[in-house]
Amino acid sequence: MSDTILKIENITKSFPRVIANKKVTFDIKKNAVHAILGENGAGKSTLVKILYGLLEPDQGNIKLNNKEFKVNSPAEARKQGIGMVFQHFSLFDSLSVKENLILGIDEKMSYSDLENKLENISARYNLPLDLDAPITALSAGEKQRVEIVRILLQDPQILIMDEPTSVLTPQEVESLFVTLNALVKEGRTILYITHKLEEVISICDTVTIMRSGEIIDTSSTANQTAKTLATKMLGQKLDDLKTNYGHIKDEVNFEVKNISCDFNDPFLTDLKNISFQVRVGEIYGIAGVAGNGQSELMDILTGENINIKSGSITFDNKKIEKYGPQKRRDLSISFVPENRLGHSAVPELSLSENILLSQFPKNNFIRNGIILKNNVDDFANNVINEFKVITPGNDAKASSLSGGNLQKYVIGREISSKPKILIISHPTWGIDAGAEHSIRESLIELSQNGTSIIVISQDLDELIEITHKISVIYDGNLSKPFKTSEIEIEKLGLLMGGKNE
Amino acid sequence: MNSLFPSIVSRSQSSGLMNFFVPIISIVLTLITGSIIFVLLGFDPVYALYTFFISPISSTYGISELFVKATPLALIAIGLSYCFKNNIYNIGAEGQLTMGAIFGGGIGILFHDTNAFWLLPLMIFAGAIGGALWGLIPAILKTKFNTNEILTSLMLVYVALFILDYLVVGPWKDPFGYSFPKSRPFSESGRMPLLFDGLRVHFGLIITLFLIFVSWFIFSKTIFGFQLKVSGYSPKAARYAGFNQTTLVFFAFAICGAFAGIAGLAEVSGPIGLLYRDISPNYGFTAIIVAFLGRLHPIGIIFASLVIALTYLGAEDAQLFLQIPSAVGFIFQGLVLFYLLGAELLINYKLTYKKLL
Repeated sequence: MSDTILKIENITKSFPRVIANKKVTFDIKKNAVHAILGENGAGKSTLVKILYGLLEPDQGNIKLNNKEFKVNSPAEARKQGIGMVFQHFSLFDSLSVKENLILGIDEKMSYSDLENKLENISARYNLPLDLDAPITALSAGEKQRVEIVRILLQDPQILIMDEPTSVLTPQEVESLFVTLNALVKEGRTILYITHKLEEVISICDTVTIMRSGEIIDTSSTANQTAKTLATKMLGQKLDDLKTNYGHIKDEVNFEVKNISCDFNDPFLTDLKNISFQVRVGEIYGIAGVAGNGQSELMDILTGENINIKSGSITFDNKKIEKYGPQKRRDLSISFVPENRLGHSAVPELSLSENILLSQFPKNNFIRNGIILKNNVDDFANNVINEFKVITPGNDAKASSLSGGNLQKYVIGREISSKPKILIISHPTWGIDAGAEHSIRESLIELSQNGTSIIVISQDLDELIEITHKISVIYDGNLSKPFKTSEIEIEKLGLLMGGKNE
Repeated sequence: MNSLFPSIVSRSQSSGLMNFFVPIISIVLTLITGSIIFVLLGFDPVYALYTFFISPISSTYGISELFVKATPLALIAIGLSYCFKNNIYNIGAEGQLTMGAIFGGGIGILFHDTNAFWLLPLMIFAGAIGGALWGLIPAILKTKFNTNEILTSLMLVYVALFILDYLVVGPWKDPFGYSFPKSRPFSESGRMPLLFDGLRVHFGLIITLFLIFVSWFIFSKTIFGFQLKVSGYSPKAARYAGFNQTTLVFFAFAICGAFAGIAGLAEVSGPIGLLYRDISPNYGFTAIIVAFLGRLHPIGIIFASLVIALTYLGAEDAQLFLQIPSAVGFIFQGLVLFYLLGAELLINYKLTYKKLL
């Protein structure tokens, strides 16, 4: 039962500026869930892209069932029995489930054959699907089901799942795990790519840990804990972050009241009667699955969109819902949107120049329309030093920094002006664990010095780690707030899935 | 086996050095292609290239002519870079030039028998206003109705040309002009002063150099230049920063229009001296090539304007001495642009042949 199905030997792949995989060698056993664990940028994606025929390795070889395995395209990989479910779905939004399935398979198949096969698959693996529903009407979990079914139609021996739970609610994760177990029972093998430690322990049999392109360890998950895995994954111990409530004042300094906004656009979520209050020094989290109105709400909080239908935003006893971004900064409100490249920073410009995107009244960057370059450079150097941004200097282009470094720089830029309130969306999205930790740390420190913070994030662990209160956004509605220290994960999960008893 | 057609793959980093060489490589490739064309036409390529590129500037007069042609090109191109940096594709500079000539020239005709020091400055001012107003039409259409500025600014070129046509055959026709479609000549003080006796290079060159310097300062030292750049690279980042993009669009169009208008006025009050139908050999369009060949940089634009001006002179000489149609000048301009865009693509992307089984 436990013979090796896939043998990976000495795989090396380098890109112009990085070596993504360095002599990667490990075996995957048949009939098991094998995890590949690593932070963002550890080389997990490169490795699975090689397995799936999307990239060609520079060196090394792979053996499938003891036979040389070499594929040049995903279609060939599927033919050889390897299927993959991507983190970002590749479905046609306007077509139905059935149409997407027919389009996605390599051989010809009639609709009636397909329906027979599907019935079988749905029942066997706990994957109920409404064949005639258009993709747009599905939740993220249902879309993922379509992707899984599409792969299962081709009867793969090995199924690669790339960060499958990143867009799911806790309940949907449960149901995915049931499916995975059923698949393994049948003799299939699952390669499970993740950076979430708990998942590895709860459903995987073996784990391979990667760090900066290299294999650190491959071992059974039987006697591992989240702590031991984290230490191996990061190569260093991270202190636990502590939030406390002591410094929060009773005074509310930011209040959103009954904000509604209609967009008349099928790709945007209308906001419905959103209200919440943030107290001085409090970190307020807004949780939710992507696409439930977070970016629309963010635009209204920053002033990038001031066309609201009704409602008000009050800050320091001033009504600010009609203020643009600069007028809000003048009141010491600071914000960091989700996208670094092209939104909170311009990749083509230098780090120094990027400072000028966000100016506060006391900055003194401009006199009579002329840029005071020395002041800007000093400020940039200060941010680089204080927030340990790794870069050759303030004249380096923003695009030359890694995601984590640029995010540290952008957040550092905002924090350095000591705002009264910081509104931040997905602060640690797509960055490595080291940078993630230092960003969370600086947010907590900032709040202890009296800054209120609003964090919009999909990462529930992050919100639980750093916030004082959490409410959930679903389909443009915001739930009432819960105290983070007393919160029940299940309850949050239900709210994220739109179930409000 | 490799696939028949290459696919385009993005380079992870474009080389800064190559960025600098792109204009030079394009010019070299243009010369090579040009000589092939000359050979195919049955000319000795060395003699033909000499006639085209060297002989026009082998005299003081020739060099003066080079500056006469380069002046409007450089002035319009630097104006266009306000738009292009902001990612606004104003290709109607020819119309803005024409409107500048009409406004400024209109003042010249009104005061055709006045000789006063204030006349030329007034004409220059009116030219700038005319060009700016004409440039603001696509700006308003773009910001209010979201119309594509490429189409509107281009269409307005022809409207401006027809207005000029109407004026010189109608109300502004020279009463002593034997019914030729031209206006009265401007008075002596309505003409651009010549810089050297006997040469046509005029005061417009000084105005151009001054405005290029001012633009360099704006682009590199002021927050306004920074805002133009940010909003060109990423409108979302500009919105995040709180820059008013509507205002930026208006300013870019108005400045570009004003510069083109001054260039138009400098043409009619400089070498021409009156208004008639064909005041510009497509300077407004050719300046687009100059702006890109000069990489939207003030110094680059100065050099690029000289290179492109040479194609105008070369075309005239080629017509005289080789009996080739002067349209060959346009072929050279087209080649430069073609190679420039091609090289630009190859800087950021590479071609790879995917392996097939």
